[in-house]
Amino acid sequence: MNSKLTDRFATVMLTTALYIVAFMYLFPILWLLLSSLKPGSELFSYPLTIFPENPTVEGFEYSWATMEFIKYFVNTLIVAVGTTVLTIIASATCGFALAKYSYKWLNVFLICMLATTMLPTEVIMTPTFQVILDLGLYDSLAGLIIPSINTATGIFMFRQYFMTVPNDLLESARIDGASEGKIFFQLMLPIAKPVVITLAIFSFQWRWNDYIWPLIVLSDPNKYTVQIALRSIIGADNIDWVLLLSSSIISLVPMIIIFIVFQRYIMDTSATSGLKG
Amino acid sequence: MKDTNRKWAFLFIVTNLVLFLLFFAWPAILGVYYSLTEYNGNEATFIGLENYISLFQDSSFYKALSRTFIYTAVGVPLVYITSLFVSVMLTTKHTKGKNVAKIIFFFPWLVSPIVVGVLWRWMFGESFGFINYVIQLIGGDPVPWSSNGNFAFLVVLFATAWGGTAFNMLIFIGALISIPKSLYEAADVDGGSGWQKFWHITLPSLRSTSFLVILLAVFNLMKEFPMVQALTNGGPGTDTTFIVQYIYQTGFDQMRIGYASAASMVLFVILLVFALLQFRFAKGGRVNE
Repeated sequence: MNSKLTDRFATVMLTTALYIVAFMYLFPILWLLLSSLKPGSELFSYPLTIFPENPTVEGFEYSWATMEFIKYFVNTLIVAVGTTVLTIIASATCGFALAKYSYKWLNVFLICMLATTMLPTEVIMTPTFQVILDLGLYDSLAGLIIPSINTATGIFMFRQYFMTVPNDLLESARIDGASEGKIFFQLMLPIAKPVVITLAIFSFQWRWNDYIWPLIVLSDPNKYTVQIALRSIIGADNIDWVLLLSSSIISLVPMIIIFIVFQRYIMDTSATSGLKG
Repeated sequence: MKDTNRKWAFLFIVTNLVLFLLFFAWPAILGVYYSLTEYNGNEATFIGLENYISLFQDSSFYKALSRTFIYTAVGVPLVYITSLFVSVMLTTKHTKGKNVAKIIFFFPWLVSPIVVGVLWRWMFGESFGFINYVIQLIGGDPVPWSSNGNFAFLVVLFATAWGGTAFNMLIFIGALISIPKSLYEAADVDGGSGWQKFWHITLPSLRSTSFLVILLAVFNLMKEFPMVQALTNGGPGTDTTFIVQYIYQTGFDQMRIGYASAASMVLFVILLVFALLQFRFAKGGRVNE
């Protein structure tokens, strides 16, 4: 009886604590949303109110008219979807090779892939820029897509997964006379579906929210991705907060839609365990 | 038979191999070469180790580097503790409404680093920010969140913890639910308190996961750039300018490509040392068990 009481007490206390912390996490985004619904005059008038007194979507109309969001969305979508499709094919084949064949040069390659996690683009921005120029990829969306196909995380997710697939399965397919390519595409890729979905979501998020690559590669405003467009508002001498707040909210919408659609895959923690690669 | 397999194996990795050579090996070698030259985009003249020598005498480089170290040294434990705390709260049997809370904690993962910067800049604005407004309401003086370097640094840390929790939480929850229940039941029989159970069962079971989270966090914080650029733009002055921003500014704004490449190489060596240390520790831990 006594322990039951302390149990209930603990539950009330911990649940309260959990929700206090959760509210602290929620508040910044909530405040951004509420602020974006205030007219410009209310934004900077004391006393501040939590809820807008005259809620309006003026800010959003202004953003939509000032910024060419459709263009930025299309650009970012081309990059995010293009990279995601290509990175899945490349990472799956590469992860499969690293898991199921044993050659010395494959081990060397595995170490090379590990090294890429230590020397990311951020660290070697200036020489990378030169390479982009030399390859003629400067100021093109291809310059964003092609370099991003190679991801060590993606490769290790697939490698980890394929290592759990029994070799007997491969051997029996080989005995049946199937080629390695056929085995991979008809047998291996379909059973790796959970990894495909997880990597697809991650890759899309990486590309949608990426800042460094578009910063290095793009200069033409017509090719801007969403993040670089946002950056152009922040970079101004006097930040137009009405524009910035509503534009930030607009930039979030596609990721929120992705989250709602794929929530169960994202929150399924067993799929992300491959990331421990 | 074996020979065709070799061909297939090569075919399977060839895309990644080419990309590795083009966008990793080539820039890396180019970076080493540039770091030994004076280069502003037109013509590179070989100057030996001069860039490195002036780099180690450059107080702005030291400042960026030491600020990055402090940021990592404070930020990584902060990210680790908040992520672990949230994950434990979301897996203990003593909390209710976990699903809603989990979505709230996960939400920042969807938000880009640029928008994370915007969010916190807006919250901590000096004259019209919500936080200063509340401080004034309860009778305090407004805090110079963006004009004082230490306060700006603090805001950067808040934003880091906020943005970094979600992903680590997924990793931690995955590890927490795989700890055998029987361990806790045995502790219950012995009358162990919640804290004792956490300290003697949960934490040791999370050993390898903790190494992973800390390694990833060290790397992420050492190369922090977009979020801070949107939040403080490295300011006030250069008080929140971290090493990657320093490299970007010298390489792209000032066009001192050779000099920036030398700074890149120094950062690379630091990251390499961190990684090797971590692997050593992780391995040592496994041997001891």
